[in-house]
Amino acid sequence: MRDRLIVAGQFLFTALVAAFLIVPAILSMLAGITVNYFRGIASGFTLQWVIQVWDLYSETIARSFLVAGAALLATLVIGVPAAYALIVRGGRLSRAVEEIITLPLAIPGLAIALALLLVYGGFSDFRRSWLFILAGHVIFTLPFMVRAVMAVLATIDVKTLDEGAASLGAGPWRRFRDVIVPNARPGILAGALSVVTLSLGEFNLTWMLHTPLTKTLPVGLADSYASMRLEVASAYTLVFFVMIIPLLVAMQLFADISSGSRSQA
Amino acid sequence: MSEGRGVALRVEACAKTFPNGARALEAVTLDVDHGETVVLLGPSGCGKTTLLRIIAGLEAPDAGGRVLFNDADVTDVPIEKRNVGMVFQSYALFPNMSVAENIGYGLKIRGISRKERGERIAELTELTGIGGMEQRRIDQLSGGQRQRVALARAVAIHPSVLLLDEPLTALDAALRERLRGELDRLLRTLGITTIYVTHDQAEAMALGDRIVVMRNGAIAQIGSPRSVYFEPNSRFVAEFIGAANILQATVKDGYAVLPGGRMRMPKGTFAGPVTAMLRPEAIAIIQAEGTDLCGSVESVSFTGGRQRLIVTGAADRPIVVDAPNSLRVETGQRVGLSIESSAVRLLPEDRQ
Repeated sequence: MRDRLIVAGQFLFTALVAAFLIVPAILSMLAGITVNYFRGIASGFTLQWVIQVWDLYSETIARSFLVAGAALLATLVIGVPAAYALIVRGGRLSRAVEEIITLPLAIPGLAIALALLLVYGGFSDFRRSWLFILAGHVIFTLPFMVRAVMAVLATIDVKTLDEGAASLGAGPWRRFRDVIVPNARPGILAGALSVVTLSLGEFNLTWMLHTPLTKTLPVGLADSYASMRLEVASAYTLVFFVMIIPLLVAMQLFADISSGSRSQA
Repeated sequence: MSEGRGVALRVEACAKTFPNGARALEAVTLDVDHGETVVLLGPSGCGKTTLLRIIAGLEAPDAGGRVLFNDADVTDVPIEKRNVGMVFQSYALFPNMSVAENIGYGLKIRGISRKERGERIAELTELTGIGGMEQRRIDQLSGGQRQRVALARAVAIHPSVLLLDEPLTALDAALRERLRGELDRLLRTLGITTIYVTHDQAEAMALGDRIVVMRNGAIAQIGSPRSVYFEPNSRFVAEFIGAANILQATVKDGYAVLPGGRMRMPKGTFAGPVTAMLRPEAIAIIQAEGTDLCGSVESVSFTGGRQRLIVTGAADRPIVVDAPNSLRVETGQRVGLSIESSAVRLLPEDRQ
């Protein structure tokens, strides 16, 4: 009896996932390649909408990847040493810094964007460039990197490992490179995965910060939903999926391989 | 094998007060000869680890304190420039490196060629008995093997001073005893100046050329294992090193007057109240008739190599006696206690 309940529950869960996650996604993508969505699939398939999206938005798509890549780089350069310092130092000051870094998680993206605009909106060159959006994305994604790395560093005795390396003659940079980073790798990979996906999908902040010349993927998506044929918007979704899914799978595989080699070797 | 003998080490008036105001170490001065093994021994919180970390360069002493290696002041030299070999209680082995990479890490930092590193690693794995495990990962090693890797890694760099922070504490008792023997042989072979921190008095006795007994952040006594055992300068040292009977008595005409009779005191003992120490193995059980000091056996615990008796009624408190295992003695039996006056050690009244 209990087994049957569990099976039924699993079936229900699967059905709900299918109904609300997979079916809408597939239908949306299908809509992107039908000639006329209102006449249905019977109207035939076409790639013209996809081509149109590509022509209109390829620059936006490229910019999105640029921003995501730059955000990843920035969070790695800032976030990993920050996590190391916060763990090794410890104490109340570290706790306070950690709280401040984490703050953007609790504040709506719109509010962060507004604050950025208030302070830096006047620097028009900066305001008009993609770097303005990058700044927003780094603020938003940094806590994910820092926390992921800190979580891993907390499970190993970093302080003693650091002292061990120091006793053998390694200076601070050498210790960081040889001992801390390799042992924090699972956290760094998890953090990187979060940063890239969050940056690619970020809408709130970006929508406030963008200019017509600095759109990103999700902003372009909103733009096409608002102003184009439904088929074009759907084709946009298709492009979005095609770009993002392989990336996510690749990163996940990469993370699995490197953490797998640690545990089984 | 010819290793450098290490440096002569001097710790001068080193105290340590932590930022929260806790005083971990009173101003301590200690000289260690090159090639000597000195054990810092004491209960937890006595300051022994703090002193070791000051010597290592992991903690800075309070103003006024100095650390000297061969008369060179290294107080402000960070640990990575002090050329010390350190073994941590948790070993601090790098999980991302193999056994060989761990042992060779300090050499790599020093720019030693791969070939020379390989030779040194082979030499050390041989010496510490972990040959054949060079390519293993740290998580594939047992506790004892990790301990050996940590030791090999620390001595690989020809350190000026070898610092060991409770290196055997994480191991089980049987393994600890075996490794203690190996460690002793290794330290003698290498002849490096060594500071060894432990709370285990048996370890301290077996390994130390000298023992520094510490208490409440200060040095209670410094001396060879024999001298701290036979001639403790305080009740604390007497009780911390081995088992000790501490008796309160009044001395009259060269004898201590006790409830169960009298005990001859060392020559020149003044009359009046005294505190005396007696090691359990220095007391012989004899017939009760016609002896100066008698008591009755309260309990006998036979441990194979010897038997430990508790004798009551002889002194102001029960006396512990280690008797030969061949002696036939029963609970409740009246026995005489024979004590050489030279085995009686007078202690000053404890201030604490």
